[in-house]
Amino acid sequence: MQIVSYLVYLIASILFIFGIKKLGSPKTARQGNFLSSLGMFLAVVITLFDQRVLTFEYIIIGIIVGSAIGAVMALKVPMTGMPQMVGLLNGFGGGASALVAFAEYYHIINITDGLEISTGVTIVLSVLIGAVTFTGSLIAFGKLQGIVTGKVVKYPLQNPINILLIIVVFVAGVYLVINPSNDTLLLAIVGISLVLGVLLVLPIGGADMPVAVSLLNSYSGLAASMTGFILQNNMLIIAGALVGASGIILTLIMCRGMNRSLMNVVLGGWEDAGAGGAAPVDGPQGDAKSVDAEELAMILDSAQNVVIVPGYGMAVAQAQHAVRDLTNILEKKNINVRFAIHPVAGRMPGHMNVLLAEAQVSYDKLFALEDINDDFPNVDVALIIGANDVVNPAARHDQNSPIYGMPILNVDYAKTVVVNKRSLNVGYAGIQNELFFFPNTLMFFGSAKEAVNKLVNEIKEL
Amino acid sequence: MEIFDLIMLIYVFVLAIFVGFELITKVPPTLHTPLMSGSNAISGITIVGALLSAGLEEFTISTILGLVALIFATINVVGGYLVTDRMLKMFKKK
Repeated sequence: MQIVSYLVYLIASILFIFGIKKLGSPKTARQGNFLSSLGMFLAVVITLFDQRVLTFEYIIIGIIVGSAIGAVMALKVPMTGMPQMVGLLNGFGGGASALVAFAEYYHIINITDGLEISTGVTIVLSVLIGAVTFTGSLIAFGKLQGIVTGKVVKYPLQNPINILLIIVVFVAGVYLVINPSNDTLLLAIVGISLVLGVLLVLPIGGADMPVAVSLLNSYSGLAASMTGFILQNNMLIIAGALVGASGIILTLIMCRGMNRSLMNVVLGGWEDAGAGGAAPVDGPQGDAKSVDAEELAMILDSAQNVVIVPGYGMAVAQAQHAVRDLTNILEKKNINVRFAIHPVAGRMPGHMNVLLAEAQVSYDKLFALEDINDDFPNVDVALIIGANDVVNPAARHDQNSPIYGMPILNVDYAKTVVVNKRSLNVGYAGIQNELFFFPNTLMFFGSAKEAVNKLVNEIKEL
Repeated sequence: MEIFDLIMLIYVFVLAIFVGFELITKVPPTLHTPLMSGSNAISGITIVGALLSAGLEEFTISTILGLVALIFATINVVGGYLVTDRMLKMFKKK
Protein backbone atom coordinates (compact mmCIF):
# COMPACT_ATOMS: atom_id res chain seq x y z
CA MET A 1 0.00 0.00 0.00
CA GLN A 2 2.85 2.32 0.92
CA ILE A 3 4.35 1.73 -2.52
CA VAL A 4 1.08 2.53 -4.27
CA SER A 5 0.71 5.80 -2.42
CA TYR A 6 4.32 6.77 -3.22
CA LEU A 7 3.62 6.14 -6.89
CA VAL A 8 0.42 8.18 -6.80
CA TYR A 9 2.33 11.02 -5.12
CA LEU A 10 4.83 10.83 -7.98
CA ILE A 11 2.01 11.06 -10.53
CA ALA A 12 0.59 14.06 -8.66
CA SER A 13 4.00 15.77 -8.74
CA ILE A 14 4.20 15.22 -12.49
CA LEU A 15 0.69 16.63 -12.93
CA PHE A 16 1.67 19.79 -11.01
CA ILE A 17 4.70 20.26 -13.27
CA PHE A 18 2.66 19.70 -16.44
CA GLY A 19 -0.05 21.97 -15.09
CA ILE A 20 2.37 24.87 -14.72
CA LYS A 21 4.00 24.06 -18.07
CA LYS A 22 0.63 24.37 -19.80
CA LEU A 23 0.18 27.80 -18.24
CA GLY A 24 2.79 28.85 -20.81
CA SER A 25 0.08 29.66 -23.34
CA PRO A 26 -3.47 31.02 -22.93
CA LYS A 27 -4.67 28.23 -25.23
CA THR A 28 -3.63 25.42 -22.91
CA ALA A 29 -3.73 27.25 -19.58
CA ARG A 30 -7.18 26.12 -18.51
CA GLN A 31 -6.29 22.51 -19.23
CA GLY A 32 -3.11 23.00 -17.20
CA ASN A 33 -5.07 24.23 -14.21
CA PHE A 34 -7.29 21.18 -14.53
CA LEU A 35 -4.31 18.79 -14.59
CA SER A 36 -2.90 20.48 -11.53
CA SER A 37 -6.21 20.14 -9.66
CA LEU A 38 -6.41 16.50 -10.75
CA GLY A 39 -2.98 15.96 -9.16
CA MET A 40 -4.26 17.52 -5.95
CA PHE A 41 -7.37 15.33 -6.01
CA LEU A 42 -5.31 12.14 -6.46
CA ALA A 43 -2.98 13.18 -3.64
CA VAL A 44 -5.91 13.77 -1.29
CA VAL A 45 -7.65 10.50 -2.17
CA ILE A 46 -4.58 8.29 -1.75
CA THR A 47 -3.78 9.98 1.58
CA LEU A 48 -7.17 8.88 2.89
CA PHE A 49 -5.94 5.28 2.51
CA ASP A 50 -2.83 5.98 4.60
CA GLN A 51 -2.49 3.64 7.57
CA ARG A 52 -2.39 6.64 9.90
CA VAL A 53 -5.82 7.86 8.84
CA LEU A 54 -8.33 5.97 10.96
CA THR A 55 -11.09 8.40 11.84
CA PHE A 56 -12.98 10.31 9.21
CA GLU A 57 -15.41 12.57 11.10
CA TYR A 58 -13.02 15.49 11.38
CA ILE A 59 -11.79 15.01 7.84
CA ILE A 60 -15.33 15.20 6.47
CA ILE A 61 -16.10 18.30 8.56
CA GLY A 62 -12.85 19.99 7.51
CA ILE A 63 -13.30 19.32 3.82
CA ILE A 64 -16.95 20.42 3.74
CA VAL A 65 -16.32 23.63 5.68
CA GLY A 66 -13.14 24.49 3.77
CA SER A 67 -14.66 23.73 0.35
CA ALA A 68 -17.73 25.85 1.07
CA ILE A 69 -15.70 28.86 2.21
CA GLY A 70 -13.19 28.49 -0.66
CA ALA A 71 -15.89 28.10 -3.32
CA VAL A 72 -17.90 31.11 -2.12
CA MET A 73 -14.75 33.26 -2.04
CA ALA A 74 -13.67 32.14 -5.51
CA LEU A 75 -17.05 32.71 -7.14
CA LYS A 76 -17.89 36.03 -5.43
CA VAL A 77 -14.62 37.93 -5.68
CA PRO A 78 -14.64 40.70 -8.32
CA MET A 79 -11.67 40.71 -10.70
CA THR A 80 -10.47 44.01 -9.22
CA GLY A 81 -10.29 42.24 -5.84
CA MET A 82 -7.98 39.49 -7.08
CA PRO A 83 -4.85 40.77 -5.22
CA GLN A 84 -6.71 40.61 -1.88
CA MET A 85 -8.07 37.17 -2.72
CA VAL A 86 -4.65 35.76 -3.55
CA GLY A 87 -3.22 37.47 -0.48
CA LEU A 88 -5.79 35.81 1.75
CA LEU A 89 -5.30 32.38 0.15
CA ASN A 90 -1.54 32.67 0.70
CA GLY A 91 -2.30 33.26 4.35
CA PHE A 92 -4.48 30.16 4.62
CA GLY A 93 -1.82 28.03 2.90
CA GLY A 94 0.94 29.30 5.19
CA GLY A 95 -1.25 28.95 8.25
CA ALA A 96 -2.13 25.38 7.32
CA SER A 97 1.57 24.47 6.98
CA ALA A 98 2.39 25.95 10.38
CA LEU A 99 -0.51 24.09 11.99
CA VAL A 100 0.51 20.79 10.39
CA ALA A 101 4.05 21.24 11.71
CA PHE A 102 2.62 21.99 15.14
CA ALA A 103 0.35 18.92 15.02
CA GLU A 104 3.26 16.73 13.87
CA TYR A 105 5.31 17.91 16.80
CA TYR A 106 2.67 16.75 19.30
CA HIS A 107 2.19 13.53 17.38
CA ILE A 108 5.91 12.76 17.38
CA ILE A 109 6.50 13.49 21.07
CA ASN A 110 3.39 11.45 21.85
CA ILE A 111 4.62 8.29 20.18
CA THR A 112 8.36 8.70 20.82
CA ASP A 113 10.29 10.53 23.49
CA GLY A 114 12.80 12.38 21.44
CA LEU A 115 12.91 14.73 18.54
CA GLU A 116 15.65 14.14 16.02
CA ILE A 117 17.68 17.18 15.08
CA SER A 118 16.65 17.20 11.43
CA THR A 119 12.96 16.82 12.30
CA GLY A 120 13.21 19.50 14.98
CA VAL A 121 14.85 21.95 12.59
CA THR A 122 12.24 21.42 9.89
CA ILE A 123 9.39 21.78 12.41
CA VAL A 124 10.78 25.10 13.61
CA LEU A 125 11.32 26.34 10.02
CA SER A 126 7.85 25.26 8.94
CA VAL A 127 6.22 26.95 11.92
CA LEU A 128 8.30 30.11 11.42
CA ILE A 129 7.66 30.49 7.67
CA GLY A 130 4.05 29.37 7.89
CA ALA A 131 3.12 31.69 10.77
CA VAL A 132 4.91 34.68 9.19
CA THR A 133 3.03 33.98 5.95
CA PHE A 134 -0.25 33.76 7.83
CA THR A 135 -0.21 37.07 9.70
CA GLY A 136 1.80 38.82 6.96
CA SER A 137 -0.86 37.87 4.42
CA LEU A 138 -3.66 39.03 6.70
CA ILE A 139 -1.98 42.43 6.99
CA ALA A 140 -1.44 42.54 3.21
CA PHE A 141 -5.10 41.67 2.70
CA GLY A 142 -6.11 44.40 5.16
CA LYS A 143 -3.96 46.99 3.39
CA LEU A 144 -5.33 46.09 -0.05
CA GLN A 145 -8.89 46.06 1.26
CA GLY A 146 -8.40 49.39 3.05
CA ILE A 147 -8.96 47.90 6.53
CA VAL A 148 -5.34 48.50 7.57
CA THR A 149 -3.64 51.78 6.69
CA GLY A 150 -1.99 51.69 3.27
CA LYS A 151 0.70 54.06 4.49
CA VAL A 152 4.28 53.10 5.17
CA VAL A 153 4.29 52.37 8.90
CA LYS A 154 7.68 53.02 10.45
CA TYR A 155 8.54 52.03 13.99
CA PRO A 156 11.75 52.63 15.91
CA LEU A 157 14.56 50.07 15.58
CA GLN A 158 12.62 48.31 12.82
CA ASN A 159 15.45 46.12 11.54
CA PRO A 160 17.17 45.37 14.87
CA ILE A 161 13.84 44.26 16.36
CA ASN A 162 13.05 41.92 13.48
CA ILE A 163 16.55 40.43 13.42
CA LEU A 164 16.40 39.97 17.19
CA LEU A 165 13.05 38.15 16.92
CA ILE A 166 14.42 35.79 14.27
CA ILE A 167 17.43 35.05 16.50
CA VAL A 168 15.11 34.35 19.44
CA VAL A 169 13.16 31.90 17.25
CA PHE A 170 16.35 30.04 16.35
CA VAL A 171 17.62 29.95 19.93
CA ALA A 172 14.24 28.62 21.08
CA GLY A 173 14.46 26.08 18.27
CA VAL A 174 17.82 24.82 19.50
CA TYR A 175 16.44 24.47 23.04
CA LEU A 176 13.44 22.62 21.65
CA VAL A 177 15.65 20.02 19.98
CA ILE A 178 17.62 19.57 23.21
CA ASN A 179 14.48 19.49 25.33
CA PRO A 180 11.74 18.15 23.03
CA SER A 181 8.97 17.71 25.58
CA ASN A 182 8.93 21.41 26.48
CA ASP A 183 6.07 22.55 24.27
CA THR A 184 6.14 26.07 25.75
CA LEU A 185 9.17 26.64 23.55
CA LEU A 186 7.22 25.80 20.41
CA LEU A 187 4.31 27.98 21.54
CA ALA A 188 6.78 30.83 22.00
CA ILE A 189 8.13 30.23 18.49
CA VAL A 190 4.60 30.35 17.08
CA GLY A 191 3.81 33.55 18.97
CA ILE A 192 6.97 35.33 17.91
CA SER A 193 6.55 34.22 14.29
CA LEU A 194 2.99 35.56 14.21
CA VAL A 195 4.19 38.93 15.53
CA LEU A 196 7.06 38.90 13.05
CA GLY A 197 4.64 38.49 10.13
CA VAL A 198 2.80 41.65 11.20
CA LEU A 199 6.00 43.63 11.76
CA LEU A 200 7.48 42.64 8.40
CA VAL A 201 4.48 43.63 6.26
CA LEU A 202 3.32 46.72 8.16
CA PRO A 203 6.15 48.97 6.86
CA ILE A 204 5.36 48.16 3.22
CA GLY A 205 3.26 50.82 1.50
CA GLY A 206 -0.17 50.00 0.09
CA ALA A 207 0.93 50.55 -3.50
CA ASP A 208 3.81 48.10 -2.96
CA MET A 209 1.47 45.37 -1.69
CA PRO A 210 1.68 43.46 -5.02
CA VAL A 211 5.35 42.82 -4.27
CA ALA A 212 4.52 41.74 -0.73
CA VAL A 213 1.77 39.40 -1.96
CA SER A 214 4.13 37.82 -4.52
CA LEU A 215 6.76 37.34 -1.84
CA LEU A 216 4.24 35.82 0.58
CA ASN A 217 3.15 33.53 -2.25
CA SER A 218 6.72 32.29 -2.37
CA TYR A 219 6.78 31.85 1.42
CA SER A 220 3.57 29.81 1.38
CA GLY A 221 5.30 27.44 -1.06
CA LEU A 222 8.42 27.21 1.08
CA ALA A 223 6.28 26.50 4.15
CA ALA A 224 4.66 23.60 2.27
CA SER A 225 8.12 22.32 1.32
CA MET A 226 9.24 22.44 4.94
CA THR A 227 6.15 20.44 5.90
CA GLY A 228 7.25 17.95 3.25
CA PHE A 229 10.60 17.64 5.03
CA ILE A 230 8.84 16.89 8.32
CA LEU A 231 6.60 14.24 6.75
CA GLN A 232 9.45 13.04 4.50
CA ASN A 233 7.12 13.42 1.55
CA ASN A 234 8.78 14.30 -1.75
CA MET A 235 5.54 15.44 -3.37
CA LEU A 236 5.08 18.21 -0.80
CA ILE A 237 8.68 19.25 -1.27
CA ILE A 238 8.34 19.41 -5.07
CA ALA A 239 4.98 21.22 -5.06
CA GLY A 240 6.19 23.70 -2.46
CA ALA A 241 9.44 24.36 -4.34
CA LEU A 242 7.53 25.08 -7.57
CA VAL A 243 5.41 27.67 -5.78
CA GLY A 244 8.44 29.09 -4.00
CA ALA A 245 10.21 29.62 -7.33
CA SER A 246 7.10 31.11 -8.92
CA GLY A 247 6.60 33.64 -6.14
CA ILE A 248 10.24 34.76 -6.23
CA ILE A 249 10.21 35.25 -10.01
CA LEU A 250 7.00 37.32 -9.89
CA THR A 251 8.40 39.37 -7.01
CA LEU A 252 11.52 40.22 -9.01
CA ILE A 253 9.47 41.08 -12.11
CA MET A 254 7.38 43.54 -10.11
CA CYS A 255 10.50 45.09 -8.55
CA ARG A 256 12.10 45.47 -11.96
CA GLY A 257 8.93 47.10 -13.28
CA MET A 258 9.28 49.75 -10.58
CA ASN A 259 13.08 49.92 -10.87
CA ARG A 260 13.48 49.19 -7.19
CA SER A 261 15.39 46.63 -5.24
CA LEU A 262 13.55 44.07 -3.17
CA MET A 263 15.16 45.49 -0.02
CA ASN A 264 13.89 48.96 -0.87
CA VAL A 265 10.31 47.68 -1.16
CA VAL A 266 10.49 45.46 1.92
CA LEU A 267 11.87 48.25 4.09
CA GLY A 268 9.26 50.72 2.82
CA GLY A 269 11.71 53.14 1.25
CA TRP A 270 9.78 54.71 -1.61
CA GLU A 271 7.13 56.77 0.12
CA ASP A 272 9.74 57.80 2.64
CA ALA A 273 11.41 59.93 -0.01
CA GLY A 274 8.32 61.96 -0.77
CA ALA A 275 6.68 61.80 2.61
CA GLY A 276 8.25 64.98 3.93
CA GLY A 277 5.02 66.81 3.20
CA ALA A 278 6.79 68.84 0.55
CA ALA A 279 4.88 69.98 -2.49
CA PRO A 280 5.30 67.72 -5.49
CA VAL A 281 8.45 68.41 -7.43
CA ASP A 282 7.68 71.00 -10.08
CA GLY A 283 8.19 69.44 -13.43
CA PRO A 284 8.08 71.16 -16.74
CA GLN A 285 5.11 73.43 -17.03
CA GLY A 286 3.54 75.03 -20.06
CA ASP A 287 0.40 74.90 -22.05
CA ALA A 288 -1.19 71.54 -22.43
CA LYS A 289 -3.38 71.28 -25.51
CA SER A 290 -6.77 69.74 -24.97
CA VAL A 291 -8.99 67.93 -27.39
CA ASP A 292 -12.72 67.20 -27.27
CA ALA A 293 -14.47 63.94 -28.13
CA GLU A 294 -15.59 65.09 -31.58
CA GLU A 295 -12.14 66.15 -32.66
CA LEU A 296 -10.54 63.02 -31.19
CA ALA A 297 -13.05 60.85 -33.06
CA MET A 298 -11.82 62.37 -36.32
CA ILE A 299 -8.17 61.90 -35.38
CA LEU A 300 -8.78 58.23 -34.58
CA ASP A 301 -10.84 57.77 -37.74
CA SER A 302 -7.87 58.77 -39.89
CA ALA A 303 -5.40 56.59 -37.95
CA GLN A 304 -4.21 53.14 -38.98
CA ASN A 305 -2.31 52.09 -35.93
CA VAL A 306 -3.71 52.77 -32.47
CA VAL A 307 -2.21 51.63 -29.17
CA ILE A 308 -4.21 51.92 -25.95
CA VAL A 309 -2.22 52.18 -22.71
CA PRO A 310 -4.46 51.23 -19.79
CA GLY A 311 -3.56 52.06 -16.20
CA TYR A 312 -5.18 51.15 -12.94
CA GLY A 313 -7.18 54.41 -13.16
CA MET A 314 -9.13 52.78 -15.97
CA ALA A 315 -10.10 49.88 -13.70
CA VAL A 316 -10.98 52.20 -10.82
CA ALA A 317 -13.32 54.11 -13.17
CA GLN A 318 -14.77 50.76 -14.38
CA ALA A 319 -14.07 51.89 -17.94
CA GLN A 320 -12.92 48.47 -19.29
CA HIS A 321 -16.17 47.81 -21.11
CA ALA A 322 -16.26 51.27 -22.67
CA VAL A 323 -12.67 50.72 -23.84
CA ARG A 324 -13.70 47.36 -25.31
CA ASP A 325 -16.51 49.11 -27.25
CA LEU A 326 -13.99 51.63 -28.52
CA THR A 327 -11.69 48.82 -29.66
CA ASN A 328 -14.53 47.07 -31.51
CA ILE A 329 -15.72 50.17 -33.33
CA LEU A 330 -12.19 51.09 -34.41
CA GLU A 331 -11.53 47.55 -35.62
CA LYS A 332 -14.68 47.70 -37.71
CA LYS A 333 -13.05 50.62 -39.49
CA ASN A 334 -10.01 48.42 -40.18
CA ILE A 335 -7.85 50.25 -37.70
CA ASN A 336 -5.25 48.12 -35.96
CA VAL A 337 -5.80 48.42 -32.18
CA ARG A 338 -3.37 47.00 -29.66
CA PHE A 339 -2.94 47.33 -25.90
CA ALA A 340 0.43 48.10 -24.31
CA ILE A 341 0.60 46.79 -20.76
CA HIS A 342 3.22 47.91 -18.30
CA PRO A 343 4.34 45.25 -15.77
CA VAL A 344 2.95 47.31 -12.89
CA ALA A 345 -0.21 48.50 -14.66
CA GLY A 346 -2.49 46.61 -12.28
CA ARG A 347 -2.39 45.79 -8.61
CA MET A 348 -0.60 42.45 -9.04
CA PRO A 349 1.45 40.80 -11.81
CA GLY A 350 -0.76 40.37 -14.89
CA HIS A 351 -3.77 41.97 -13.20
CA MET A 352 -4.53 44.38 -16.06
CA ASN A 353 -4.66 41.47 -18.53
CA VAL A 354 -7.29 39.74 -16.40
CA LEU A 355 -9.36 42.93 -16.17
CA LEU A 356 -9.27 43.33 -19.96
CA ALA A 357 -9.98 39.64 -20.52
CA GLU A 358 -13.05 40.06 -18.32
CA ALA A 359 -14.17 42.90 -20.60
CA GLN A 360 -13.77 40.44 -23.52
CA VAL A 361 -10.72 42.03 -25.08
CA SER A 362 -8.97 39.35 -27.14
CA TYR A 363 -5.72 38.31 -25.46
CA ASP A 364 -3.69 38.47 -28.67
CA LYS A 365 -4.25 42.26 -28.60
CA LEU A 366 -2.40 42.57 -25.29
CA PHE A 367 1.32 43.31 -25.55
CA ALA A 368 3.96 43.41 -22.84
CA LEU A 369 6.29 46.40 -22.61
CA GLU A 370 9.28 44.76 -24.28
CA ASP A 371 7.15 43.45 -27.14
CA ILE A 372 5.66 46.78 -28.19
CA ASN A 373 8.05 49.50 -27.06
CA ASP A 374 10.15 49.55 -30.26
CA ASP A 375 7.02 49.92 -32.34
CA PHE A 376 5.77 53.25 -30.97
CA PRO A 377 7.37 55.34 -33.80
CA ASN A 378 5.01 53.51 -36.19
CA VAL A 379 1.96 54.23 -34.06
CA ASP A 380 -0.42 56.95 -35.19
CA VAL A 381 -2.27 57.44 -31.93
CA ALA A 382 -1.25 56.28 -28.46
CA LEU A 383 -4.28 56.61 -26.20
CA ILE A 384 -3.45 56.62 -22.49
CA ILE A 385 -6.29 55.86 -20.13
CA GLY A 386 -5.74 56.11 -16.39
CA ALA A 387 -1.95 55.68 -16.52
CA ASN A 388 0.62 58.32 -15.63
CA ASP A 389 4.00 57.44 -14.15
CA VAL A 390 4.52 54.45 -16.44
CA VAL A 391 4.51 56.77 -19.49
CA ASN A 392 6.58 59.60 -17.99
CA PRO A 393 9.59 60.22 -20.26
CA ALA A 394 11.49 61.71 -17.31
CA ALA A 395 12.25 58.11 -16.31
CA ARG A 396 14.54 57.95 -19.36
CA HIS A 397 16.55 61.15 -18.96
CA ASP A 398 15.94 63.05 -15.71
CA GLN A 399 18.40 61.72 -13.17
CA ASN A 400 16.75 63.76 -10.41
CA SER A 401 13.37 62.18 -10.94
CA PRO A 402 12.32 59.60 -8.33
CA ILE A 403 11.25 57.33 -11.18
CA TYR A 404 14.52 57.69 -13.12
CA GLY A 405 15.54 54.33 -14.58
CA MET A 406 12.09 52.77 -14.32
CA PRO A 407 11.16 51.04 -17.59
CA ILE A 408 8.42 53.07 -19.26
CA LEU A 409 6.24 52.73 -22.34
CA ASN A 410 7.70 55.07 -24.97
CA VAL A 411 4.35 56.55 -25.95
CA ASP A 412 5.91 59.95 -26.70
CA TYR A 413 7.49 58.41 -29.85
CA ALA A 414 4.02 57.95 -31.35
CA LYS A 415 2.85 60.51 -33.89
CA THR A 416 0.03 61.68 -31.61
CA VAL A 417 -0.33 61.01 -27.90
CA VAL A 418 -3.74 61.37 -26.32
CA VAL A 419 -3.96 61.35 -22.54
CA ASN A 420 -7.31 60.80 -20.90
CA LYS A 421 -7.23 62.19 -17.37
CA ARG A 422 -9.53 64.11 -15.12
CA SER A 423 -7.04 66.92 -14.57
CA LEU A 424 -3.34 67.68 -14.84
CA ASN A 425 -2.76 66.29 -11.33
CA VAL A 426 0.36 64.31 -10.48
CA GLY A 427 0.51 60.49 -10.40
CA TYR A 428 1.32 58.11 -7.60
CA ALA A 429 4.99 59.06 -7.56
CA GLY A 430 4.00 62.66 -6.84
CA ILE A 431 5.72 64.12 -9.88
CA GLN A 432 4.46 66.17 -12.80
CA ASN A 433 4.50 64.43 -16.14
CA GLU A 434 6.30 66.39 -18.87
CA LEU A 435 4.51 64.27 -21.48
CA PHE A 436 1.37 66.38 -21.00
CA PHE A 437 3.18 69.43 -22.39
CA PHE A 438 4.82 67.77 -25.41
CA PRO A 439 3.95 69.25 -28.81
CA ASN A 440 2.48 65.94 -30.01
CA THR A 441 0.36 65.42 -26.87
CA LEU A 442 -3.35 66.16 -26.61
CA MET A 443 -5.18 66.07 -23.27
CA PHE A 444 -8.61 64.46 -23.38
CA PHE A 445 -10.10 65.55 -20.07
CA GLY A 446 -12.91 63.68 -18.35
CA SER A 447 -13.48 60.64 -16.20
CA ALA A 448 -12.47 57.55 -18.16
CA LYS A 449 -15.84 55.83 -18.51
CA GLU A 450 -17.87 58.87 -19.60
CA ALA A 451 -15.11 60.23 -21.80
CA VAL A 452 -14.61 56.97 -23.68
CA ASN A 453 -18.36 56.40 -24.06
CA LYS A 454 -18.71 59.90 -25.49
CA LEU A 455 -15.84 59.17 -27.85
CA VAL A 456 -17.49 55.93 -29.04
CA ASN A 457 -20.71 57.83 -29.78
CA GLU A 458 -18.83 60.49 -31.72
CA ILE A 459 -17.09 57.83 -33.81
CA LYS A 460 -20.46 56.21 -34.55
CA GLU A 461 -21.78 59.51 -35.84
CA LEU A 462 -18.91 60.05 -38.25
CA MET B 1 15.06 10.80 10.11
CA GLU B 2 18.59 9.76 9.24
CA ILE B 3 20.90 12.46 7.98
CA PHE B 4 21.11 10.53 4.71
CA ASP B 5 17.33 10.78 4.28
CA LEU B 6 17.48 14.49 4.92
CA ILE B 7 20.12 14.93 2.23
CA MET B 8 18.00 13.03 -0.28
CA LEU B 9 15.08 15.33 0.51
CA ILE B 10 17.30 18.36 0.04
CA TYR B 11 18.31 16.97 -3.38
CA VAL B 12 14.66 16.81 -4.41
CA PHE B 13 14.01 20.30 -3.06
CA VAL B 14 16.91 21.91 -4.91
CA LEU B 15 16.15 20.15 -8.21
CA ALA B 16 12.47 21.08 -7.96
CA ILE B 17 13.39 24.73 -7.49
CA PHE B 18 15.40 24.58 -10.73
CA VAL B 19 12.44 22.99 -12.53
CA GLY B 20 10.22 25.72 -11.11
CA PHE B 21 12.46 28.50 -12.39
CA GLU B 22 12.61 26.95 -15.86
CA LEU B 23 8.85 26.48 -16.07
CA ILE B 24 7.80 29.80 -14.66
CA THR B 25 10.10 32.02 -16.72
CA LYS B 26 8.23 30.63 -19.75
CA VAL B 27 4.82 31.79 -18.53
CA PRO B 28 3.87 34.97 -20.47
CA PRO B 29 3.11 38.15 -18.45
CA THR B 30 -0.50 38.05 -19.60
CA LEU B 31 -1.03 34.92 -17.47
CA HIS B 32 0.85 36.04 -14.37
CA THR B 33 -2.24 36.55 -12.22
CA PRO B 34 -3.68 33.07 -12.97
CA LEU B 35 -0.16 31.68 -12.47
CA MET B 36 -0.09 33.21 -9.03
CA SER B 37 -3.53 31.97 -7.99
CA GLY B 38 -2.92 28.56 -9.58
CA SER B 39 0.45 28.05 -7.92
CA ASN B 40 -1.16 29.30 -4.75
CA ALA B 41 -3.61 26.42 -4.97
CA ILE B 42 -0.67 24.03 -5.39
CA SER B 43 0.85 25.31 -2.14
CA GLY B 44 -2.31 23.95 -0.52
CA ILE B 45 -0.65 20.52 -0.96
CA THR B 46 0.01 20.78 2.75
CA ILE B 47 -3.60 19.44 2.89
CA VAL B 48 -1.94 16.00 2.83
CA GLY B 49 -0.28 16.71 6.17
CA ALA B 50 -3.53 18.10 7.53
CA LEU B 51 -5.40 14.90 6.58
CA LEU B 52 -2.80 12.76 8.36
CA SER B 53 -3.21 14.78 11.57
CA ALA B 54 -6.99 15.18 11.45
CA GLY B 55 -7.43 11.46 10.84
CA LEU B 56 -5.38 10.15 13.78
CA GLU B 57 -7.04 7.28 15.63
CA GLU B 58 -7.08 8.91 19.04
CA PHE B 59 -8.46 12.37 19.60
CA THR B 60 -5.55 14.52 20.76
CA ILE B 61 -4.40 18.09 20.40
CA SER B 62 -2.94 17.02 17.06
CA THR B 63 -6.46 16.24 15.84
CA ILE B 64 -7.69 19.76 16.63
CA LEU B 65 -4.65 21.38 15.01
CA GLY B 66 -5.09 19.03 12.06
CA LEU B 67 -8.76 19.97 11.68
CA VAL B 68 -8.03 23.71 11.60
CA ALA B 69 -5.13 23.05 9.19
CA LEU B 70 -7.46 20.99 7.01
CA ILE B 71 -10.05 23.80 6.83
CA PHE B 72 -7.34 26.35 5.95
CA ALA B 73 -5.72 24.10 3.35
CA THR B 74 -9.05 23.18 1.76
CA ILE B 75 -9.99 26.86 1.42
CA ASN B 76 -6.60 27.39 -0.22
CA VAL B 77 -6.98 24.46 -2.63
CA VAL B 78 -10.65 24.83 -3.59
CA GLY B 79 -10.61 28.64 -3.67
CA GLY B 80 -7.32 28.73 -5.59
CA TYR B 81 -8.29 26.29 -8.35
CA LEU B 82 -11.81 27.68 -8.80
CA VAL B 83 -10.76 31.30 -9.04
CA THR B 84 -7.96 30.39 -11.46
CA ASP B 85 -10.41 28.53 -13.67
CA ARG B 86 -12.79 31.49 -13.51
CA MET B 87 -10.05 33.79 -14.78
CA LEU B 88 -8.69 31.45 -17.45
CA LYS B 89 -12.20 30.97 -18.87
CA MET B 90 -12.20 34.68 -19.71
CA PHE B 91 -9.03 34.58 -21.81
CA LYS B 92 -10.38 34.32 -25.33
CA LYS B 93 -9.09 35.06 -28.76
CA LYS B 94 -11.39 36.52 -31.34
